[in-house]
Amino acid sequence: MNLDELEALRAEAIAALTAATTSDELKTADIAVLGKKAPLTAANQALGSMSSEDRKSFGAAINAARAEVTATLATCRTAIADVERRARLETERLDLTERLDPELPGRLHLISQTIRDLEDIFVGMGFTVHYGNEVETDWFNFEALNFPPAHPARSMHDTFFLDLPGTDGRLDDVLLRTHTSPMQIRVMKGQKPPIYAVMPGRCYRVDTPDARHLPIFHQIEALVIDKDISLGHLAGTIEQFIAAYFGRDNLKVRLRPSFFPFTEPSAEFDITCPFCGGTGCRVCSQSGWIELGGCGMVHPNVLRNGGIDPEEYTGFAWGFGIDRLAMNRHNVEDLRVFLDNDLRLLQQF
Amino acid sequence: MKISLAWLREMVPVASSVDELSTLLNGLGLEVEGTKHIGAGLGGIVTAQVQTIRAHPNADKIRLVDVVTSPGGETLQIACGAWNFFEGDIVPLATLGSTMPDGMAIERRKMRGEWSNGMLCSPRELGLGEDHGGILRLDPSTALGQPISEALGIVEDVVFDLSVNPNRPDAMSVLGVARDVAAKLRLAVTPPAMISGVVEAPKSAVERGSVTAIDLCDRLTVTVIRNVAVVPSPMWVQDRLLVSGMRPISNLVDASNLVMLELGIPSHAFDLDKLSDGRIGVRWAAAGEKVVTLDEIERTLSVEHHTDGVITDGADRAVGIAGVMGGLTSEVSETTTSLLLEIAHWTPMCIARTAKRLGLRSEASARFERGTDPEALPAAAARVVEIVRLTCPDLVVESFDDIRPVPPVHRSARVRTDRVNLVLGAALSDTDVASLLNPIGFTATLIEPGLHEVVLPSWRPDSTEEIDVVEEVGRHHGYDRIARQHLRTDLVGRLTPLQRDRRHIGDLLTASSVNEVWTSTFVSERDVTESRVADRIVRVANPMSPDESVMRPSLLPGMLRVISHNTKHRNRPSRLFEIGHTFTTPRPDQILPYEREHLCVALAAERDDARSAVNVLDQLIALLRIVPQALVVRATEVPGLHPTRSAQIVNTGTGFPVGFVGEVDPSVLASWGIEGRVGILDVDLENFAAQPRRSTDIASFSRFPSSDIDLAFVVPDTITAGAVSAALRSGAGALFESVSMFDTYRGSGVTDGHRSLAFRVRLVSADHTLSDTELTSARQGAIDEVSKQTGAVLRA
Repeated sequence: MNLDELEALRAEAIAALTAATTSDELKTADIAVLGKKAPLTAANQALGSMSSEDRKSFGAAINAARAEVTATLATCRTAIADVERRARLETERLDLTERLDPELPGRLHLISQTIRDLEDIFVGMGFTVHYGNEVETDWFNFEALNFPPAHPARSMHDTFFLDLPGTDGRLDDVLLRTHTSPMQIRVMKGQKPPIYAVMPGRCYRVDTPDARHLPIFHQIEALVIDKDISLGHLAGTIEQFIAAYFGRDNLKVRLRPSFFPFTEPSAEFDITCPFCGGTGCRVCSQSGWIELGGCGMVHPNVLRNGGIDPEEYTGFAWGFGIDRLAMNRHNVEDLRVFLDNDLRLLQQF
Repeated sequence: MKISLAWLREMVPVASSVDELSTLLNGLGLEVEGTKHIGAGLGGIVTAQVQTIRAHPNADKIRLVDVVTSPGGETLQIACGAWNFFEGDIVPLATLGSTMPDGMAIERRKMRGEWSNGMLCSPRELGLGEDHGGILRLDPSTALGQPISEALGIVEDVVFDLSVNPNRPDAMSVLGVARDVAAKLRLAVTPPAMISGVVEAPKSAVERGSVTAIDLCDRLTVTVIRNVAVVPSPMWVQDRLLVSGMRPISNLVDASNLVMLELGIPSHAFDLDKLSDGRIGVRWAAAGEKVVTLDEIERTLSVEHHTDGVITDGADRAVGIAGVMGGLTSEVSETTTSLLLEIAHWTPMCIARTAKRLGLRSEASARFERGTDPEALPAAAARVVEIVRLTCPDLVVESFDDIRPVPPVHRSARVRTDRVNLVLGAALSDTDVASLLNPIGFTATLIEPGLHEVVLPSWRPDSTEEIDVVEEVGRHHGYDRIARQHLRTDLVGRLTPLQRDRRHIGDLLTASSVNEVWTSTFVSERDVTESRVADRIVRVANPMSPDESVMRPSLLPGMLRVISHNTKHRNRPSRLFEIGHTFTTPRPDQILPYEREHLCVALAAERDDARSAVNVLDQLIALLRIVPQALVVRATEVPGLHPTRSAQIVNTGTGFPVGFVGEVDPSVLASWGIEGRVGILDVDLENFAAQPRRSTDIASFSRFPSSDIDLAFVVPDTITAGAVSAALRSGAGALFESVSMFDTYRGSGVTDGHRSLAFRVRLVSADHTLSDTELTSARQGAIDEVSKQTGAVLRA
């Protein structure tokens, strides 16, 4: 065998390998060109009859040819494996825009979400959260809060009564709380000052449903009782709260004198419209202010009814409607939309 | 309370603009709910006389009216829908081409085929008050063709609509508002002029009034006025009443109303000759006593819960309800020549109760129930006489009696400057405090440095103690001047464990595609008739509708209503939950109902059923790390639920139920129009969260391989899978790690009334790899225990 013949064998072997298109064909070609009986393997036998000089150079030529064929085999193997893997995966192709009934996460109710946001801000300000019962006696809802019987302020709270005998058998005693304020008394009776408490919850007033009122509504109320608490702390706290809730600085609170039996001095508070920053927009009816709620310094009689000495401690309370807040924030035009719990509404928030 | 700027300016020389004055009033706590400009835009409206009134040929409710704007002038035909006027009346006519105050243009137009050449106007259309009950009828002596503003003496004015809080009875009058405004602007107030000769009039020979109910009335003045006649009021009086939202009636009634608006003191004029003995008395009503009030309705007075007060005549016959409304029999009429003017100071609570019970809230009762100024009674009497005298110049004040069964009390409060500054967060001096208080009649005298004796004015009955005075200082100092301060507390804010659990539960459920709903607390009688607590229902005494008359004893009806609504609106069947309060009758010795917070999960998505509800229960148990053996699901029939697919969730140790799980009864679903199955889980949240929890300490687990043994049993239907797995747990011994069920089968090869249940028991040791001997022994132990406890046999 001479070098030309070796070259021919090499070329044939490479041709045989590269001609294979499947891993089976490649395997057959592998045995044919590199196996024990392959011509290239048999070429080694020719070395025996060669001079040591020729043997050395021819042996090197055989090794080179073999190495090249082996390398070609590896290349072909990779290529074929790749093609075959592609073909196999092609059979698994999916249309990822095909969706059968997607399971979407459920949503917390807008009121729940709002309560959570509010609670988180108050917790960050050092407050604890208190929930209470929705049914109360006249004493907790009115009398302890400095509403004497037949006081005209009571006529501002159209009250649902329950058909149950109350204290001393009275029929107008057990009622649905008209505000979260009875919790002021319960919290005061439950712990000693300092008190930094926030009380969210459901309240009730006899009120024909309209776009801005429902007979069942939600309030949140903050109560602080500590030494040397003033109206200035009340205003400052509201401003800190609204900065946190609306996520913008420089919102101001404006107090307007008002009347609530359980606070004195009392005020209603407006805040700089957080939607336009006070320049005037649709939400604030171009006034730059939004009426949010009521507030005041806890009346000494209320402190006394809660077992706290008004000479030692002073405090403030302020609260507002959660529904109304959510309404403003989400451009809800009519609160009655919440009555049906339509999934098309629930899943928006 | 409507306050005319022109009227206000008669008492205090306010120079501010309308906007400035609004801001000032708001800053004083007299909230301006609206302002209205009057007298503007009345250009084309003139006085006209009604000549003839004819039926409209094509309409029943409209008549054709011929009017003239000068005697004998051209007749104009007007189509008009009001029926309160007559031929000969003088009325306002909006002429063609004019524009009404509300912007409406008056044009010649056809109404049902007949021409209308203008419009006759009601007081409201003229911007004078709210009265839209008919056309404004003018004094018959009014000249024709003159501009209405001249005829009525309407000056351009602004009316502030104030929302007056219950603690400000003084602000229910022009004088009270003027006093506040003047103090804020540092101006002097000029109260209306009072004539002399009333208070100075002699007492009657036999007292014209008496009071027996001194808890009801602590002062009564009775003025007898002779020589009066009933005629229309002067135009300016009518005008003042109209802009204040009241309707002029006659000089005598109007005078009383005018003074009420001006000074805040209501009064009542009786026809003296219709009162037996020409005298009145004040006493409590007798049981069943009746009186016909001015509105011609017979009212029965009450002595139950609360006793009404009455005004009587000399024969002790009720001629009026104290502080609420006068009686019909002694009403002033066209024949009246002598008046008995009654002005009383009533106990507010008494008037409030009677007005509320009778559903009769008048301008007068609104003032009485807040508290009027007892010291202003003589001045009010004098002022009424003054106004009546304008139309009855020859009147004579015959007598004036001031009956005061309870002597006046001097009211004052001690006020500390320190306290003022502490509460307000201000730094006022003694002098500052006094100078803010004195102009509003809270006269302060410094007793010692830092301590004032403050006289509480008689027109502020709500002010009784130091804090009330602090508020007055704050109001006049200005809340906008209070410096902001920030809290400095060492307290740490946090949620309670239950509050955190509540949030975790909400998060788990929403992640499992469950939507939160908030349903009404009120349900209907129908919703609860088949409830398991039907005998412990709590009802609302004054519901808004029968469908909202019951306090929900369970969240279930609300959930079904939501599913039903969404079904009707073809929303995809879904999974819902609510956390809310439920109510049943009070426990023994309790007054308040048994109010519990519940979690209710309703699973109405495709393929949901009782098993999905159990799955949610298992997830919640895992979430809260409740010890798995603490709660057991015990098949029970629960009213409203599927009888063979429902169970109570009870505490294993105490047997105390914490809720139920299962499926809603298909017939209940059918009544709501709901198709398919609805899985339901309902737990008392607090009781559920109170179940024993696994330790939060880390629990070690084995490094050695675990082994599973699979066992299938043929189990009679009377034995629960839970019982079999409990037996497997105890039978497998110390190596037991967990058990899970992976198959259930019924059919050929399994006896009727039985099913095959397949379990996988996982065994592991903490310190070695299990040997075959150990596995075999544990397997046999498990099989034996199942056989012993349940009678189930290993499936061949």
